[in-house]
Amino acid sequence: MPEIRVTPLGAGQDVGRSCILVSIAGKNVMLDCGMHMGFSDDRRFPDFSYITRSGRLTDFLDCVIISHFHLDHCGALPYFSEMVGYDGPIYMTQPTQAICPILLEDYRKIAVDKKGEANFFTSQMIKDCMKKVVAVHLHQTVQVDDELEIKAYYAGHVLGAAMFQIKVGSESVVYTGDYNMTPDRHLGAAWIDKCRPNLLITESTYATTIRDSKRCRERDFLKKVHETVERGGKLWARWPGGAARGSSRAGLPPPLQVLIPVFALGRAQELCILLETFWERMDLKAPIYFSTGLTEKANHYYKLFIPWTNQKIRKTFVQRNMFEFKHIKAFDRAFADSPGPMVVFATPGMLHAGQSLQIFRKWAGNEKNMVIMPGYCVQGTVGHKILSGQRKLEMEGRQVLEVKMQVEYMSFSAHADAKGIMQLVGQAEPENVLLVHGEAKKMEFLKQKIEQEFRVSCYMPANGETVTLPTSPSIPVGISLGLLKREMAQGLLPDAKKPRLLHGTLIMKDSNFRLVSSEQALKELGLAEHQLRFTCRVHLHDTRKEQETAVRVYSHLKSVLKDHCVQHLPDGSVTVESILIQAAAHSEDPGTKVLLVSWTYQDEELGSYLTSLLKKGLPQAS
Amino acid sequence: MAAHLKKRVYEEFTKVVQQQQEEIATKKLRLTKPSKSAALHIDLCKATSPADALQYLLQFARKPVEAESVEGVVRILLEHYYKENDPSVRLKIASLLGLLSKTAGFSPDCIMDDAINILQNEKSHQVLAQLLDTLLAIGTKLPDNQAIQMRLVDVACKHLTDTSHGVRNKCLQLLGNLGSLEKSVTKDAEGLAVRDVQKIIGDYFSDQDPRVRTAAIKAMLQLHERGLKLYQTIYTQACKLLSDDYEQVRSAAVQLIWVVSQLYPESIVPIPSSNEEIRLVDDAFGKICHMVSDSSWVVRVQASKLLGSMEQVSSHFLEQTLDKKLMSDLRRKRTAHERAKELYTSGEFSSGRKWGDDAPKEEVDTGAVNLIESGACGAFVHGLEDEMYEVRIAAVEALCMLAQSSPSFAEKCLDFLVDMFNDEIEEVRLQSIHTMRKISNNITLREDQLDTVLAVLEDSSRDIREALHELLCCTNVSTKEGIHLALVELLKNLTKYPTDKDSIWKCLKFLGSRHPTLVLPLVPELLSTHPFFDTAEPDMDDPAYIAVLVLIFNAAKTCPTMPALFSDHTFRHYAYLRDSLSHLVPALRLPGRKLVSSALSPNIMPHEDPSHQFLQQSLERVYSLQHLDPQGTQELLEFTIRDLQRLGELQSELAGVADFSATYLRCQLLLIKALQEKLWNVAAPLYLKQSDLASAAAKQIMEETYKMEFMYSGVENKQVVIIHHMRLQAKALQLIVTARTARGVDPLFGMCEKFLQEVDFFQRCFIADLPHLQDSFVDKLLDLMPRLMTSKPAEVVKILHTMLRQSTFLHLPLPEQIHKASATIIEPAGESDNPLRFTSGLVVALDVDATLEHVQDPQSTVKVQVSYPDGQAQMIHPKPADFRNPGPGRHRLITQVYLSHTAWTEPCQVEVRLLLAYNSSSRIPKSPWIEGGEMSSQVETSIEGTIPFSKSVKVYIMPKPARR
Repeated sequence: MPEIRVTPLGAGQDVGRSCILVSIAGKNVMLDCGMHMGFSDDRRFPDFSYITRSGRLTDFLDCVIISHFHLDHCGALPYFSEMVGYDGPIYMTQPTQAICPILLEDYRKIAVDKKGEANFFTSQMIKDCMKKVVAVHLHQTVQVDDELEIKAYYAGHVLGAAMFQIKVGSESVVYTGDYNMTPDRHLGAAWIDKCRPNLLITESTYATTIRDSKRCRERDFLKKVHETVERGGKLWARWPGGAARGSSRAGLPPPLQVLIPVFALGRAQELCILLETFWERMDLKAPIYFSTGLTEKANHYYKLFIPWTNQKIRKTFVQRNMFEFKHIKAFDRAFADSPGPMVVFATPGMLHAGQSLQIFRKWAGNEKNMVIMPGYCVQGTVGHKILSGQRKLEMEGRQVLEVKMQVEYMSFSAHADAKGIMQLVGQAEPENVLLVHGEAKKMEFLKQKIEQEFRVSCYMPANGETVTLPTSPSIPVGISLGLLKREMAQGLLPDAKKPRLLHGTLIMKDSNFRLVSSEQALKELGLAEHQLRFTCRVHLHDTRKEQETAVRVYSHLKSVLKDHCVQHLPDGSVTVESILIQAAAHSEDPGTKVLLVSWTYQDEELGSYLTSLLKKGLPQAS
Repeated sequence: MAAHLKKRVYEEFTKVVQQQQEEIATKKLRLTKPSKSAALHIDLCKATSPADALQYLLQFARKPVEAESVEGVVRILLEHYYKENDPSVRLKIASLLGLLSKTAGFSPDCIMDDAINILQNEKSHQVLAQLLDTLLAIGTKLPDNQAIQMRLVDVACKHLTDTSHGVRNKCLQLLGNLGSLEKSVTKDAEGLAVRDVQKIIGDYFSDQDPRVRTAAIKAMLQLHERGLKLYQTIYTQACKLLSDDYEQVRSAAVQLIWVVSQLYPESIVPIPSSNEEIRLVDDAFGKICHMVSDSSWVVRVQASKLLGSMEQVSSHFLEQTLDKKLMSDLRRKRTAHERAKELYTSGEFSSGRKWGDDAPKEEVDTGAVNLIESGACGAFVHGLEDEMYEVRIAAVEALCMLAQSSPSFAEKCLDFLVDMFNDEIEEVRLQSIHTMRKISNNITLREDQLDTVLAVLEDSSRDIREALHELLCCTNVSTKEGIHLALVELLKNLTKYPTDKDSIWKCLKFLGSRHPTLVLPLVPELLSTHPFFDTAEPDMDDPAYIAVLVLIFNAAKTCPTMPALFSDHTFRHYAYLRDSLSHLVPALRLPGRKLVSSALSPNIMPHEDPSHQFLQQSLERVYSLQHLDPQGTQELLEFTIRDLQRLGELQSELAGVADFSATYLRCQLLLIKALQEKLWNVAAPLYLKQSDLASAAAKQIMEETYKMEFMYSGVENKQVVIIHHMRLQAKALQLIVTARTARGVDPLFGMCEKFLQEVDFFQRCFIADLPHLQDSFVDKLLDLMPRLMTSKPAEVVKILHTMLRQSTFLHLPLPEQIHKASATIIEPAGESDNPLRFTSGLVVALDVDATLEHVQDPQSTVKVQVSYPDGQAQMIHPKPADFRNPGPGRHRLITQVYLSHTAWTEPCQVEVRLLLAYNSSSRIPKSPWIEGGEMSSQVETSIEGTIPFSKSVKVYIMPKPARR
């Protein structure tokens, strides 16, 4: 029985360290190769020894597919390919291929240079690893080998994120990676055609959430930023006449600044675009800065991969590339002290270290300033503390920092919510669904919903647990044109809805199947035709002579089988089509006649019908 | 002699046997009188290969065929069709047959038999499809012939089983277009069984080819369009198609469902997998809502659009479309909109947001959560945040239409519309602002909503701001704080974008007059009056101060207590503004002041009828007067013209008619004057100098006729005939005058020929109207046409002269609605003393902002003219996108004009004005034959002449010499 087997090495009932093994029709594919944010020991990488304890992984895996450049989806790649050892192809989209090494390098720097870890992969390893990458285009079908093919679909989420269809023959699996069903300011929505895979492996980060319209979020965000930046120019409720105008200028409040700590690549771009277009629209002058480094490097690639962005950016990039920001400039340490309103994007996102924390300390004292947290903060970080309302923070060196600035929280997440997941399942129409990348409790709810609404079975394996799905692959069979035409001539046009019966011979020869007419099959195989006849004796109680019985049988059959050719042959036998019926006297009982019915294998249906008919006896002659 | 005889013999032959034509010199024949059919025949016979034949056919298709010769051409084509072996040639012939049968004035029933005949023997699927298309053309040409229709339907049914999708498509199309509407069979069609067209088409909803499925649905829709009532059973069939694999099928199915839901809104359908039943329209609404989240954007656009027109849907279904039932971690969560509303009602607006402010509240029952509901849940929420702006616009439009029909829905959708003001695409923002304006009667803005609306005032796009001003004109604000906020934001807008002055003032005018009671408590603060102290008098020229005053004065109109709060200088300012900006400042009943001139306005209305009568009478008087002595006629004309002009000034609604008639009379007057000149009798050489008057008159008449034809909207064909007739007379006059003054005959030849061509052209264009022009100049002219053709120029001139003098005065029928096109340039205002300085040789952009009234098709007709002091003039064609259409009959042109010149020693003024370009040949109806041909497009773009229709504005510029 053919089957599809799926084993998550990471992201099974968990978020982070995405790594899923799929074996489909004898091919083994690894989907994503991520690291876990929460661990810094061995658990941060998937346990590749599950695949093989010794030897290189290349012998066991046909290919590796990376869905997008976030570290929890590609972080373990250099370790996997260079340190454990894998030489096969690694597939990813072009933007992922471009941006992935930047993130890996950054990750390596933090781990090695800052935390001082040994036995970590090196820059050279990242480079070597990236050499194994094969780039794929959207909707391009890539033949990994003769049988295995993969195809990428747009997934939203971040630039270059893709969903992958893995197909062997008629069996297929779709892996979504992370995706977003609502478009945002720089990316479109995920889309897939009705590919009806055997299995859909989908993320389920927001399995139990239905999100509010993104417009409210955006509006709120822009309003907050705008208000803070503009507060100095608040207009009085009077026309700005001479005296009033002067006083309002004299009372200009001190510099007003907005700090936006960002972490995830992609979110930063989204917020930048949002602010940039708003600045453009409203003709605002206050400067916007973003911290140099990662975002800046990545932004370079965002400029290049315009086809991967949303409709608006694609349509307008001829006039102006939206990622060539007019109002957003690179940040310099000295700017933090300069007067006047400004907006600053700084890393890291949880305010636990680095530039964002430095700026935060400078600005926290002014109640007119504001910090906007665009994402989730881990417990213990400064970000989490201020979000939970703490106003006095103890900094290193027993220093107490009083936070007077406004603290705002706004969630800009680019994962599909429960409704989005359901929408994607509806679009792809899979036979089975498998949930990964989410919390077990939340998955439970979604699993139940999917089973209820779509009536397909749904799985949610934990890490290391294997799900086995039996499949019934359809096997294509070639049919000879002659046979098809002959069969068509017999009946009406083929109707797509009704199956039709067809007589022919199936020839299986070097793993291809052909359906040919039996004559041709015999000819091809060089075999002589054998006739197979069934014979059957029917005892009839009839006292008359054999000839008379034969005549009676003849007249009876003639009356019953109106549309068959019934003949009475001169030798006393009766034929119905090719079926021969002979009457003979019973050797022992003269009152009983024996009818010998003989038919070929091809006429089985009619023959057995005749015997049953004759067994009922002949009608009494009048 | 023999040669001569031989020639005659051939001449005889050419008339009867076409085969013979080949033998003689075809070239010559074609030059003299080209016969379409003959030429085609020859070409086709000459063709040696299918490719050749195809070429000939293509060439043939470029030129139109007259109705008389169509039949002959068809016969020849058919003949070739039978002989032809190449399917591509047969295909072209079949398509030509279809084209030919569309020719006006040709009845295609004669070729139908042949077409059906060849259809039966055709093997190629493509040709079959094309032939069916031809039959469709024939069938649609003969909508009344029941028998033919039945026969065609029969043919279509026969070919429905074809294996090619193209043929099945065409068959279905044929059925959709011709399927019988009534069951009653007329006598001549009795032989054929009546078929149930709907049933037949319905069977093909499950065809294996998606294109055929689409065609089947389209055919069904076509039946509906033709007035056949679709069965309700189709609904279930169509619902199945909603989950089709192909987007075009789904898109068409959505339409079909919509149609059925409009036909049977009240019937009851069961909900699958439950015992409940709902109204069909609700069910359909739910299904279409579901399609708003389809995977194909084409379907999404279609679905969003159709949602708007489903007005019968029950309100709770409607309101579901805006509700997404948020949850977070399985707990119910309120939307940001709900929270904003709550904050507002609790009286605590503008609180800072706290972490966890949106923390989810109660637990949600897991079983009750329906993630993919059948209902309409959140359809608009999805539609409004769609990736494609086409879908978003469609959703906004749908919201607008639904909100207009349901006030409660309008209230609910407000939050969503307000959110759309922040869309990334300007078009969507603009559309949602317009939508909001349309539904503003049903809604009152909450303060927080107003806040969001007003934030958009800072948008750098002028269209957005102006749309918003218009929206504010007609919104209802609930509190005095709201008014205050609006004013503050508008003033902010004014300081940021001073060019919005007029629009903001207008907006405040309406804001004031709509909310007098809300403005009242704000007055002291707004005027910064103090109970004890006199405050400084504000600057009268400050646009912001004027804005505040406009608000207050308009509020004061319906609020008599308000003027008591004014200080002295306010009254003075009132008097000044009432004079200078009378359209913005209403007449107020102020204590101690008389109301001047307000009595006039209400009395105008009753006068309307008599004035119209007066117009009619004075015109009739003129028309009846043609036999009086010339002196009297002239005087009467002069008086009438004067009357009409005055009438036009007094009565704005009659201005168009009055001006139009006056112009016509003026033309007539000029013509009479020119013809009355005594000097006509003087011998030509002496005549020279005095001819000025006549030729000037001719020129002026020409100009006036162009104005009449192109500057008025609502001019109908019958007026155009008269105008052209007048122009023809002017041309005749011109010819006569030139004939008298010109030396030599040569130039006259050309002119005469040209004139005769014009007459011919006139006759061709207005052949239908000629009976109305009895006894007129052209009527007589056409009578004498044969003679004129052969006469010498001098003779022609003589005839023309007498005819002009004898010609009668044609009655100009008045059109129903006529408006004169006009334009006002708002910007540049022409007041600036500071010259625009720029380096010579480079360009400077000049912003031009103008309003156009009653201009048809401004995109192609309105041009900007810039004249430099050295007499050089440039015509600039504004881009089509520079025109906005703020209301019916009104247009707004906002464009940039580039100026450039060589260096000047001192600043000088250039004149900017708007021109109306015209092209008289564009009125001629085009034949369907050459649609899309290269010829026609050229004709349309060319400009024959221009009419200035705005006052010119002077702009001070100074090109400086370039520094080296």
